[in-house]
Formats: sequence, structure tokens, C-alpha cells
Amino acid sequence: MAIRSFLILFLLFFLSSLHPILSLYEDQVGLMDWHEQYIGKVKQAVFHTHKTGRKRVVVSTEENVIASLDLRHGEIFWRHVLGPTDVIDGIDVALGKYVITLSSGGSVLRAWNLPDGQMVWESTLQGPKHSKSLLLVPTNLKIEKDNVVLVFSYGRLNAVSCTDGEVLWKKDFEAESLEVQQVIQCPSSDLVYIVGFAASSQFEMYQIDASNGELLKHESAAFSGGFLGEVSLVSSETIVALDSTGSILLTISFRNGKISFQQIPISNLVEDSLGPAVIIPSSVTGIFAIKMNAITMFIRVMGEGKLEVVEKTNHETSVSDALPISEGQQAFALIQHAGSEIHLTVKLAHDWDGNLLKESIKMDQQRGLVHRVFINNYIRTDRSYGFRVLIVMEDHSLLLLQQGAIVWSREDGLASIIDVTTSELPVEKDGVSVAKVEHNLFEWLKGHMLKLKGTLMLASPEDIAAIQSMRLKGSEKSKMTRDHNGFRKLLIALTKAGKLFALHTGDGHIVWSHLLQSLHKSEACQHPIGLNLYQWQVPHHHAMDENPSVLVVSKCGPSSDISGVLSFVDTYTGKELGSLTLVHSIVQVIPLPYTDSTEQRLHLLIDADKHAHLYPKTPEAIDIFQHEFSNIYWYSVEDDNGIIKGHVLKSKCTGEVADEFCFDTRELWSIVFPSESEMIIASVTRKSNEVVHTQSKVIADQDVMYKYISRNLLFVATVAPKASGKIGCVTPEESWLVVYLIDTVTGRILHRVTHHGSQGPVHAVFSENWVVYHYFNLRAHRYEMSVIEIYDQSRADNKDVWKLVLGKHNLTSPISSYSQPEVITKSQSYFFTHSLKAIAVTSTAKGITSKQLLIGTVGDQVLALDKRFLDPRRSVNPTQAEKEEGIIPLTDSLPIIPQSYVTHSLKVEGLRGVITVPAKLESTTLVFAYGVDLFFTQLAPSRTYDSLTEDFSYALLLITIVALVAAIFVTWILSEKKELQEKWR
Amino acid sequence: MKTIQVIVAFILALSLLLFPSFGFQSDELLVDDEEFGLEGAPQYRSPEPIPTRSPPLTTPTRKRHSDLDSDSKIQFSLDHAFGDSDFSPAGTFSARLKTWSHGGQTLTKLRFSRNSFTDEEKEKFKNLLKSDDFYRIRLPSNVLSPPGRDFIISSVKARCLPREGLDEHFVIHMEGVNVLAVNYGSPGSCSYPRNLKLPTKWSFSSHTVLKNSEQAPRAPIFAEEILGGESGEGEVVQPPERSFWAKYWMYLIPLGLIVMNAITQAMNMPEEQATGQVPAQGQPSAGAVQRGPTSAVRRR
Repeated sequence: MAIRSFLILFLLFFLSSLHPILSLYEDQVGLMDWHEQYIGKVKQAVFHTHKTGRKRVVVSTEENVIASLDLRHGEIFWRHVLGPTDVIDGIDVALGKYVITLSSGGSVLRAWNLPDGQMVWESTLQGPKHSKSLLLVPTNLKIEKDNVVLVFSYGRLNAVSCTDGEVLWKKDFEAESLEVQQVIQCPSSDLVYIVGFAASSQFEMYQIDASNGELLKHESAAFSGGFLGEVSLVSSETIVALDSTGSILLTISFRNGKISFQQIPISNLVEDSLGPAVIIPSSVTGIFAIKMNAITMFIRVMGEGKLEVVEKTNHETSVSDALPISEGQQAFALIQHAGSEIHLTVKLAHDWDGNLLKESIKMDQQRGLVHRVFINNYIRTDRSYGFRVLIVMEDHSLLLLQQGAIVWSREDGLASIIDVTTSELPVEKDGVSVAKVEHNLFEWLKGHMLKLKGTLMLASPEDIAAIQSMRLKGSEKSKMTRDHNGFRKLLIALTKAGKLFALHTGDGHIVWSHLLQSLHKSEACQHPIGLNLYQWQVPHHHAMDENPSVLVVSKCGPSSDISGVLSFVDTYTGKELGSLTLVHSIVQVIPLPYTDSTEQRLHLLIDADKHAHLYPKTPEAIDIFQHEFSNIYWYSVEDDNGIIKGHVLKSKCTGEVADEFCFDTRELWSIVFPSESEMIIASVTRKSNEVVHTQSKVIADQDVMYKYISRNLLFVATVAPKASGKIGCVTPEESWLVVYLIDTVTGRILHRVTHHGSQGPVHAVFSENWVVYHYFNLRAHRYEMSVIEIYDQSRADNKDVWKLVLGKHNLTSPISSYSQPEVITKSQSYFFTHSLKAIAVTSTAKGITSKQLLIGTVGDQVLALDKRFLDPRRSVNPTQAEKEEGIIPLTDSLPIIPQSYVTHSLKVEGLRGVITVPAKLESTTLVFAYGVDLFFTQLAPSRTYDSLTEDFSYALLLITIVALVAAIFVTWILSEKKELQEKWR
Repeated sequence: MKTIQVIVAFILALSLLLFPSFGFQSDELLVDDEEFGLEGAPQYRSPEPIPTRSPPLTTPTRKRHSDLDSDSKIQFSLDHAFGDSDFSPAGTFSARLKTWSHGGQTLTKLRFSRNSFTDEEKEKFKNLLKSDDFYRIRLPSNVLSPPGRDFIISSVKARCLPREGLDEHFVIHMEGVNVLAVNYGSPGSCSYPRNLKLPTKWSFSSHTVLKNSEQAPRAPIFAEEILGGESGEGEVVQPPERSFWAKYWMYLIPLGLIVMNAITQAMNMPEEQATGQVPAQGQPSAGAVQRGPTSAVRRR
């Protein structure tokens, strides 16, 4: 009996230690994963620095984030991501406790509680027509003891109560074609001015009683020259505008409801003409700034329409809005670039020559120019005014300057990543210790003592905290060298600002960042747009001394036929090795599977005229290329046209300029979708670097199925043109979704299937011989995920052992796309609860480990779903053999297991993409999810079968060994004794 | 009161039925226009999903035999090109255009007649074979109003075609009267080292297949079972009863080993004692057999 209970105990112990772990334990959070929160490029900032309470700044950004930041450290107190369609037009603080935001083109007004970011109220504003939307929080304006917010949107002025968001009154301006420019509150009265242009040459001014919305006065005056763009407010009753040619300055005053124009040609102010001017919008009393080419001019308005140029500078300059500091006094900040420094000047609005503050701050060149400046004041210890400024740089980073130093900085460019690739770290060289692992022996011993205590469960709570922090900091994982398991890598990310970041996968710190010169605005390239990143050079066998580099492809503008720019960046140092401004455009970039002797990958760039250009432009490259000339095929998808075409190279270009790296192409095949019934909404191919371990799949009854593995497969989804809109705008009868599997060499449609009553958006992922795609089923009112697996039948009769023995099989015969394919497909659909933002699949070094789908859910989390759930061979009652194979009984919907969220409790706000990179260790894959936030983790879809996990109980192993050794000794002694006894008998 | 109302309503309904002149009477000729395929007749969409969609307007190429026949013959041509040359006619497809009652149109009974190569074309084709170049074909994307939006092009390496004669295989993917794509190639395999081989006969043997879209399998719906709820619970499929051996083999094998071990030990013991004690005590071995157990008992 005792033995039995002991056995049970032992079994229980054993089982508990072997229990499969699908998710993380609480103390494992942050061990292999990291999460970074960003907000994006700041558009507007409002300071909230009362004497009591925490000092904070509320910002709205271009990623549609509203956030409250700690002014001392730059940390996020709270933040809300409003989503891609909810663009923020204006923010302000009302009543000292609410943050008011106007968004969605002026239709949504919200109030958030300032301390904790809870939404207090939300109201929807409508109006007769589309217009610019403006938000004004007037000071000291009350209607029946209610503070109001004035909102101009959709051609209507609304007064909204601050406390509950109720619209108190509204006034339409629909009759006129008014283009509103400013809503101005008259100081010390309840009057509001609305100024704007009508019919491009008419200046309109409305005077409105803010307490009841009554129109008091309406004046208009015509100006034959027309108006250009922005206006600058120089006093509460005067604005400055430019005429349509940009050569005449107009001072428009509307004092007491009388409009008067003053025209002053710019040529009167400056002798040399410098081309058309642009007004820099600001609201500093008495002063405004205009920009002509590279020259910025500050002009003071002196009384009755007299203007005076106070400063002319050709440095890059940014101005803040005015900040009232004391009665009747306004200060503003000015930032000028001078070499590697920036000069911050704070001036009083009426006194240009005197400076309140003048500081120079050393600025990192990689941050580029100052784009926006926001000023705030505080009272110094000596009771004088001090100033701090928040600046937004060209790379979208946010910095706080105070007392001539950068107090904190945030790398918010990382909130808008366009493309990500990875790079290996340098190999650790002998004698070079990159990171100081342990400081001294004592520390080392102490650490190990602590760990021992932890494993023996003797540690106190403080010790546990110390162990946890030691584990998290683990200097091993943020080392700057390659590791044995391939966990340490560099993530190279290209951001919208044209900056390249290298992030360490260990802890997410920025190793280097580089603002690409080629993505800098220049004469030749007006609006550079970063497109993609490609691995340019991956040193491998015979080029180990070279540093790896990446290729950044960008173009000079939004249209497709504009010239492209290439730049090459060293991934170890972040130096730009070179850049090329191309004469041709870039429509498609095809990395070829060939490398030259320095491991530079050959790339084929297709331009808008359907010429192919080979890079790098070296004789060696052309040599390699000529060899494979007839084996290069590619395809192009014309989404708007509904045509997919296949292409092949023809001959050298026959242009007037001889260019041996340019090739003519010809069309090989085309697929034309009928425009009245089908529209392309998604096309997906396999990842070019994916590794497939086995061609065959052994199924339950010892049968073999051969996967149809081709690199040239394309998945295309089309929907009815009517059904391309939002879900719910068509009936199920009018909508359908057709999916195709197309061979891109011959244009063969291998599989084609229609889902009636379904519509997009379609998210799909292609791997090995299967595609998984996600769409909406209108009949079932649910999202569905379908899987298509494609198998090769031509090799299906190779199952006979005798054939294999005698060599009568076709397994070694080459496969050609020109052969008639004999494929069969298997497919199955399942319901899925969530809508998707992104979908990816895990990839491992050798492709042996089973796959997991990584699903970016609508809740901005990443869910790992076993591919086994999306097996088309699932049936209601799988046989015993099928169960052993791992087939899960058929269910109508895919399970969402809460533990299988890769992001555990975190959210990757504004999730846009998920990428997976194989580690060297076969069981493990690295996952990087990006959006406004970044998240990185390691994933082992079949658990870490090839290495001991972090939580492996070494103590248990040790104890077992010790116990065994002891037992051996004891039994040995016993047997000796016994033998002796035997002998003495 | 209620009954009166009901009666009145009934009478009214009856009168409407019996005296149609009271209400609106359509003067429309009641002919089943779906079946006769009247042009311009309202086309009803069936509630069921239909494999073909978007009936395009009929065109002059369509010939109507009679009012009762909704089928009509159409023809469209196949063009070919040798390498980069311009396209020239190579043959004609003829098919029957079937107009379905719900308004969709599909092609059936596709036939293909190939023009044989002229000498010039033979020469061109030989050149293609020599240079391992592409033989290209094209079809209109709409068979009723060729060429439709664009031509559908397909190509094959010329060296894939010659066998005995010239073997070709068309798979035409249709969507109503629109041609989506054409898969063109040889019926068999054509793997990479493509050898130069001239056809012995300069005649084409063509196979054509017409393909329409298939319906996707629906997601399985187990809603009924869930609604059926409780009754289903009792029917939990019992795992098949496994044999005693299958269940407990892992215990039985060690047990067997232990037993065997014990037996062998028990067998060995006497011998051991016998061998060990023979020289010392000089007793006959026969006695050892009897003494074995007793000595074991003594030791315990």
C-alpha cells in the first residue's frame, strides 16, 4: 500500500514536470520578447503644466494617436490609437481637465479626461458640405455657465458644451462657397470672427455673437489678384495673405467690421526677386514669416499696412506659435540650423531685437531638420521665466529642450515602419570581448548563489526580484555578436521619414540609425518615398570579410513613371555606401537567385516602359546573367486593370543610348479578368527564401502524397466589383469571391474555385504547397478561413518499393512548368471569429518544424494558430490511424485558445505587419510584429525539441545524478559486506 | 362583428378573383420568355447561386435558329505567332452558345479546326525549334465581341510540341462568354533539357478542354447538433475497447521480465550453491538439489 501511494506521488510529480507548456508563465514575460510603444510624428502639442500635479504634454500625431506624455521623461501616461480613417484635425485642453479632439474631417468631437485618458463624451457633428475643420477652445466664453468649444466643420459653426458635448447652437454657412481660413476669438468680448475666401478672389468676414450664434455682421470685399493658400494671423483683427502669384503681400484688416486691404509687393521689401513666396502659418502678434526658395524672412507689421523686414536668413528655420506669458506679452520660439548645432531663440513678439533666451544645442545629424516647434514656459527658481520647447525633427523623433540641453528624446519614426529585413551580427573574433559579461568573480558567485537559491525555492521575495531582473538584463542576449542559436540578429527597418534603423533582436535597442541622404528632399527628387528593403549582400562563404549590406529602393514621387533612387547601406555600421539616382522608374524589383563573387545579389528592376535593368552594373554580373538569360520569368499584376501578365527577357535595349544592363522584355501570357464580374483584390506568392524540408507527406494508411512545390505559384483572389466596398453593402447573391492558383511561368490556371456569397477583404498567406486565406461569408454572416493544398499526381505512382529499388521512378526527373501538370487540390473552409489585419506563417531554418499561422487580429494582437487546424483532411470522425497522424476531428470553426496569443497581454497598436525570420536552431523562429508599436518574440511551434529550455530543472538532474551515485556506493558497500559475510560463513 | 369582417374580406377577395376587370389587368403576353430567350425580356435571377454571371449583351455574331432554340453557334479564331512575329490566324473554334433560363450564357460543344501550316510557317517553326524560342497563341477575351477587352495570350517553348506530329493541348478557362485564360502546351511532359526534334508529320493533333469555375466546398455547419444539444451529449463516441494486452502491455512486460528473472535466479541459485559448496563440503551433487531450498529458507 505504501509503495502504491509512493508510486502515485512519484507519477504526479513526474507528470507535473512534464506538463506541456503552450503559453508563457508570468515570470517569463520579457525574457525573450520585447515591446516598444511609440506614437508617430507629432502634429500638434498642448502643454498642461499647472503648478500642482504632474507636468504633461498632450500630443496628436500623424499616426492618428492622441497621447499624454510625461514632460519630465517623455514616457507615455496614456494614449489612444484612433485608427487609420480617423484623422485628427485639432486638439486642445478645455476646462483644465479635458482634452478635446476633433477628428474624421471634423465630424467627431471627443473629450478625454486629462489625468487618465478615459473618454468623457463624444459627439458627432454634421453639416451641409465638406470644408476645412477648425477647433477653437475660447478662453472665458460661457453660455449659461457652460464653457463652450467652437468647431467649424462641414460648412457649419457649432458651439459645443464642454461638460457633456451637447451642441448649444449652430450656424450654417452653406449658401456661400466659403473656404474658411480662420476662426478668431475677439479678446475681451463674446465676438467671434470667421474669415475665409469665396470664389478665390472674394474675402469674407462674418462677425458672430458667440453666446447665441447670431450673425451680427457680414462683410465681403473683392480682390482681383486672388489668394494663395495659407494666411497668417498677426493680430485679432488683421491677417496677412499672399495673392495668387505669390508676389504681393496683402494685409487685410477687419477692425470693427470694416475690411481694408493693403497691398505691398514683395519686391518693395527686398531688392532681389527670389521667386514666389509661401507664408509660414503662425499666429504671433505683429510678426509673420514668409519663405522664398531657401530664404526665410520675418516681417513686422507696423501700424497701418506698413511692413518691415526684420530678419532675412538662409538657414533652415522653424517658428513656434505665440505663447502668452504675461499681460499683453507674447513670446515665441525660433529654431535655426547652423551646421551640427541648432540655435534656439525665444523672443517677445513686439521686441524683435531683444532675446529672452538664446541657446545652442548640439544636434545629431541623423535627425535632420526641425519640422515643428512647440513652446512652453515655467517659473525658474529665481522667479524669472524659463522656457522649454518640444521639437519634432525630420526623422519624426520628438525632443524636449530645456536649459540648453536635450532632456529627453523619443524615436517616434519607428511608429511608421514601411519595410523590415534582417541582418546577421558580426562573428565574435578571438580575444575580442564585446560585452563585459560579469564584472568580477564576486558578482558572478553572488549571481549563481541567487540562482541556486531560486531553484531550491529558498529565495526571499527580494531575491526573486533580483533573479528576475538578472534574467531580464542577461547581457548575453544583447551582445553585439552572432550567437550559436541565431537568436541575435539586427532588424533593419525603413521608416516613412526615410530613416533606416537597426534594432537588436535581444532587447530592441537601436544599434544605429541613419537618415538616408537619397531620401532627402532635393532639387532632383522633390518628394522621395521609400519603397522597400532588399538584402543586397549577405557575406557567406568566400566573402566573409565584407560587411553585409541592404538595398533601399525609393522613388521621387507618387506617380509610377517617376525616376527611382537606390541606396546601399552597410548593416554593421549604418553607413550609406552609395546611392544612385536612376534615369528610369521602378515598378518592380526582382531579387534574382544568383550572387556574384562578393556575394552581391543580382537584382532586376522593371521600369514603367517594361524595360528590365540589371543591378549591380558590373561585367561579372552581366556574365552570370547572360548564362541564365532564358530562364528568367516574371509576372506583373495590374490591379486596376484586372490583367495578370507573364514576361520574359528578349534582347538588349534598342535605345539611342547603348546600355548593356538594359533589356527589352516581351509578354508571354496574359490572363484577363472580365471587368464586369471580377476585380483583383489580393495576390500572394511564396516567400522566395522559404525552405521546404520534405516533398512528400505520409498519410494515415501508409500512403504517400507528393506536395506540388513550385516557386512559381501565385495566389490571386478576385471579387465582384460591386462587392469591393464595405461588408454589408451588397446582398449575398451579388457577391462572389474567386480564387486562383496560377503558374507564373506559363500562366496556367492550376486551380480555380468560387465562393458564392463571400466578399473581401482577403488576407492570404502562401507556404510550401498550401494557401490559407481569410474573407467574409455573407450568407453565414461570419468570417471564414479556407485552405487549399495542392498535390502532385504525376509522381503519385512512385509508391512501389520495387520501382524505387529498380530505379524505375521519376523522382529524379527534372520538373518543368511546360509539362502538363497533374495536380489535385484539397480544400476546406472554417469559420473564424476575428477579422484580420495581417497574416503570416512561421518559417524555420530547415522547414522541419511544423508550421503555425500568425494572425494579426483586429484587437492588435498576434495569435498563433497551428496549421493542423487548417488541414483539409480533417473529418468528423477520423480513424484511429488518422488520429495518430495528428488529424484533429472536424469542427466548423477554428478555436481561439487564449494561451496561444503570441503577444500575451500586450497589444501592438495599429498592427500593420508580421514578419518571421528563422533562427539557426531549427525549432525556433523569430517573430516581429510592427505597427505603431513594435513587438518581438521567439516562437517554437513544436516546442524546443532541440535544446533545453530556460526553465529546465538542472537541480533535479543534479539531484538525480547525486542520488544515483550515492545509491551505487551504498549498494556497492552492501554487496561488499555481504560477500565478506558469505566468505566468513 | 369579426365574422362579418372576415366574410366581407372573403367576398372581396373572391370578387377580385372572379371579376378581374375590377383590378389591374396586365396586357402582357404571358409567354415564358425565359425559356424562349426573348431579347430584352426581363431576366430573373434565381435565388440560387449560378455558375455563370453577367450576361453581356448579345451581338450580331449570334444567330438565332428559331424561337424555341436558345442555342446558337458562334465562332472565334485562334491566332498564332512565331517568336516575336505578328499574330496571324491559325484556326477557328466553333461552339454552341447556350443561354440559360436565368440569363447566363455558356459555351458547350467546343470544336476546333486547325489550319495546317503553310510552307512559310513550317520554315518559321523550324527556326523556332532551332533557337528554342516561344510559339505563341492568342484568343479573344470575349467570344461574342472579339477581341473583348484584350487578347488572351499563351506561349510555349516550340520544342515542347513535336512528338509524332505536333501535339497541342488547350485548356480554356471560361467565365460566361469571357475567356479568362488559356493553358496551352503539350499534353505530356516537357522537362528541361529540351532536345531539338523535328516533327515527322506537319499536322496538329489538338485537344481542347473547356473549364468553368467550380464551387468551393462550404464550411461545415454543426449548428443543428449544437441546437440538438443534450441528446447529442449522450452519444459521445466511446473509444473502441482495446484488448487487455494493448492496454497493459507496459506493465506486463516488466512483470514478465521480473518473473523470468526470478525464475532464472531460482534456477541458478542451487547450482551456484552446488558449485560453491561442492569442494568445501564434498557432498554429492544430488544432495544439493534437495538442500537448495532449505538453504534459501535459512538465509531469509
